[in-house]
Amino acid sequence: MRQSLKRQVPYHLMLLPGVVILLIFSYGPMVGMVMAFQKFNPVLGFFRSPWVGFDNFVYVSLLPDTLQVLWNTVFIAFWKIVIGFGFPIVVALFMNELQNMAFKRTVQTIVYLPHFLSWVILGGIMIDILSPSTGIVNTAMKAVGMKPVFFLALPDVFPWTLIVSDVWKEFGFTTVIYLAALTGIDPALYEAAKIDGAGRWRCMLNVTLPSILPTIVLMGVLSLGNVLNAGFEQVFNLYSPVVYSSGDILDTFVYRLGLLDAQYGVAAVVGLFKSAVSFVFIVVSYRLAYKLANYSIF
Amino acid sequence: MRIKTATGDRIFGIVNGTFFCILALLCLLPLVNVLAVSFSSSTAASAGIVTLWPVNFTLKSYQYAIAKPEFVRSFTVSVVRLLLGVGINMVLTIVCAYPLSKDRKAFGARGFYVWFFFITMIFSGGLIPWYMTIQTLGLGNSIWALILPGAVPVFNVILLLNFYRSLPVQLEESAYMDGAGAWQALWKIVVPLSTPALATIALFSAVGHWNSWFDGLVLMSDPKNYPLQSYLQTVVVSRDMTLYQHATKEQLEMLQSVSDRTTKAAQIFIATLPILLAYPFLQRYFVKGLTLGGVKG
Repeated sequence: MRQSLKRQVPYHLMLLPGVVILLIFSYGPMVGMVMAFQKFNPVLGFFRSPWVGFDNFVYVSLLPDTLQVLWNTVFIAFWKIVIGFGFPIVVALFMNELQNMAFKRTVQTIVYLPHFLSWVILGGIMIDILSPSTGIVNTAMKAVGMKPVFFLALPDVFPWTLIVSDVWKEFGFTTVIYLAALTGIDPALYEAAKIDGAGRWRCMLNVTLPSILPTIVLMGVLSLGNVLNAGFEQVFNLYSPVVYSSGDILDTFVYRLGLLDAQYGVAAVVGLFKSAVSFVFIVVSYRLAYKLANYSIF
Repeated sequence: MRIKTATGDRIFGIVNGTFFCILALLCLLPLVNVLAVSFSSSTAASAGIVTLWPVNFTLKSYQYAIAKPEFVRSFTVSVVRLLLGVGINMVLTIVCAYPLSKDRKAFGARGFYVWFFFITMIFSGGLIPWYMTIQTLGLGNSIWALILPGAVPVFNVILLLNFYRSLPVQLEESAYMDGAGAWQALWKIVVPLSTPALATIALFSAVGHWNSWFDGLVLMSDPKNYPLQSYLQTVVVSRDMTLYQHATKEQLEMLQSVSDRTTKAAQIFIATLPILLAYPFLQRYFVKGLTLGGVKG
């Protein structure tokens, strides 16, 4: 017993640096959330800033923008989750039907390239190609007789610009996850189905789809945790005051309140709300993933 | 009957193939267009006549971009960040994943540590407390502010510990028999056996560091210390917000198509180049990485 405990000492030592880093940079900010109850002053810090009870909460609830921002966040996140979940499944099912292997590999390689680029790069590209005067998208639309659309400045259009471009960036990545699951299918299953007279569609629905169903369930369940993640990096790089009415989200709201207007306590309240709600959804999603797909992360 | 199916198959094949051609083009064309713009003359670019091939081919934009001291400086910051950041990430991932890959019998406190790591994945203090913590520590404006807060990539730790678990235990046991301690077992046996997993994780970490821009933007008070993507954010994407408040639609259009379009395009492309160069490796290890942590019982 003593011997084995002694043998565990190096394990603790190995974890020590990581634990210290996480204590400071992950648990530190969790403690720092107390600033939601303070009139926070950076000079005084987390422990000496004056306490104001729930004043910041009342203030946030009375701000005219709060509800709109919350609605925008949920709206954008909801459609990103739904389309970002469904589209890759369809793409994977049909990509699996491609007979020419070289073509299949080329398509795969191309479609997940955008996943590896940052929203600064893609934001720069989008601003360029969506420009109403010189952008290639509007040039093409004009060429076929359509009116140019200012995708980044019309409040009705902007959320959909975000949703579509986010799906565009990420669908390839998700598709590849499904394709990885598809490589494990036993070819004998297809042969058996064919002997039973199943055509292409039957094979797709009765062999391919069921074999990736666990992955589908898992991806769907895990995406639940994103209900309040409308995509800060994307919105930050594409929005402007003219589309705040439909494109301002919780994260950008926190950024402006906290880091631009220096209303630290107030911004922390909004952040606290987001963290708390997200936490509940993430916990539920992991529970579901464990129950439905027998998935456990550790 | 058989002929009918064959024709149906062929039609399906053509339609499906066309669909994927279009899909692939949709992913590629925006990048090609911006690449073409970066090699075009600025008059052609502001006239909006560049499509997929440069008009009046010139390297001026690239010369201009590379000659900018800010650009070169931020590129250097990014390279330093990448080397330091990936190095530290890798060491910490390797040593944290090892004890966590042990079962409860071998490491009694495992359960506690697992929760300690896991909680950081499902709950966060949020932007403002995170920012204040780093500033309070006096890290603001230092390169360490870009490296230390993310020094333990918990998700990668999980990927790696699952990989460690798939290794045969006999090798480690025989090392223990020969009198090796946990450190030797880790560095001499486990790490050499884990090179594919480590390559995957190193690539993830490198892409993450290269693409990060927000931390640099808010934590570096001096733009001299911006990494490349933060610098690009300020010149390519960010538009002066104050100008927007009462702008008309025409003014907005003007603002967004200012004539340094080609320079912006060139800078975008230089920043994308490292990712494109690493892409063959990314591709090779990326699917492996997905199955590393994969679904398990």
